[in-house]
Amino acid sequence: MRLTRWCLLLLAAAMAGMILWAAMAPITSASSEEIFEIPKGTWARRMAGNKLDILPSEIHLTLGVRNILVLKNMDDVPQVFGPALMMPGQTFRLPFELASSYQFACTAHASGQMTIVVAPMPASPLARLRWRLKALLMAAQRS
Amino acid sequence: MLFLSLLFAAAADGADDTNLKAGVFTPARPAPDFTLSGSDGSKLQLSKYLGKVVILAFGFTSCPDVCPTTLAVLAQARRNLGRDGDEVKVVYITVDPERDDAKRMRKYLAAFDPTFVGGTGSPERLAAVRREYGIAADKKRAGSDYVVAHSSYIYFIDRAGRLRALMPYGHTADDYVHDVRILLKR
Repeated sequence: MRLTRWCLLLLAAAMAGMILWAAMAPITSASSEEIFEIPKGTWARRMAGNKLDILPSEIHLTLGVRNILVLKNMDDVPQVFGPALMMPGQTFRLPFELASSYQFACTAHASGQMTIVVAPMPASPLARLRWRLKALLMAAQRS
Repeated sequence: MLFLSLLFAAAADGADDTNLKAGVFTPARPAPDFTLSGSDGSKLQLSKYLGKVVILAFGFTSCPDVCPTTLAVLAQARRNLGRDGDEVKVVYITVDPERDDAKRMRKYLAAFDPTFVGGTGSPERLAAVRREYGIAADKKRAGSDYVVAHSSYIYFIDRAGRLRALMPYGHTADDYVHDVRILLKR
């Protein structure tokens, strides 16, 4: 009974520590680039009737953390990917400096539209906490 | 022509693309050449401007918002560039050949900057140019009239005639000046 209480206390302390860290530690990133790639054979697979969603219809970036969108066309044919017509083997690197929501025409989506939401750098502890939770959720959704 | 192109390409490779505010294509491909009717009465051929930085825009003279804003920004950028502005050519291709003839385009563009040149031609010819540059244009009814919804981004073509970068709508004249100065570096 006493051991269980200690374990619970320890767990609560660890969680509080994690929350404190998530709220206080500055947000950094090894790379400021968010990379998306059209794999080789995409066009052929589409022509064969496969429905492929390579690019999410909404991309989230954060100023000062990850604010550069990188699109790579590794397929054998030109692709309109976001705002750019990209030749095979080409990379398109688009930096963002203003927090806003950007709409681009994109033939890679059924809606024909792609939205890039650029959020400001989270400045307050609460904003950092919220940003980390959201990033965690998005990573979980992707995996 | 080929020698000039190679010379400029070698020089332009030294410029630091990662510092551009526009989106950068790597490797840069040759900008598709085209021949259209120029608003100045001459033949508008992209390759004629080899050696200059070309800012390539698509739009139409009846555009209510995007085009006037973009062209005003580009005119301001050219003024801010001072003498370097002479090394820049703004080319504006219509997506509305039904209404935009050379005369109308000349008058419209002169209100922003008399050095801007417009391009028009047959609907088929213009559609082919748009296809090469990945530009969308969609005619939509607006009351008794119509508008053309079109891609609003601007292309940068370097001195060597390569399609180097794409600037999304909404950037300031200072951003254009910043990028043009990088692209002008020899």
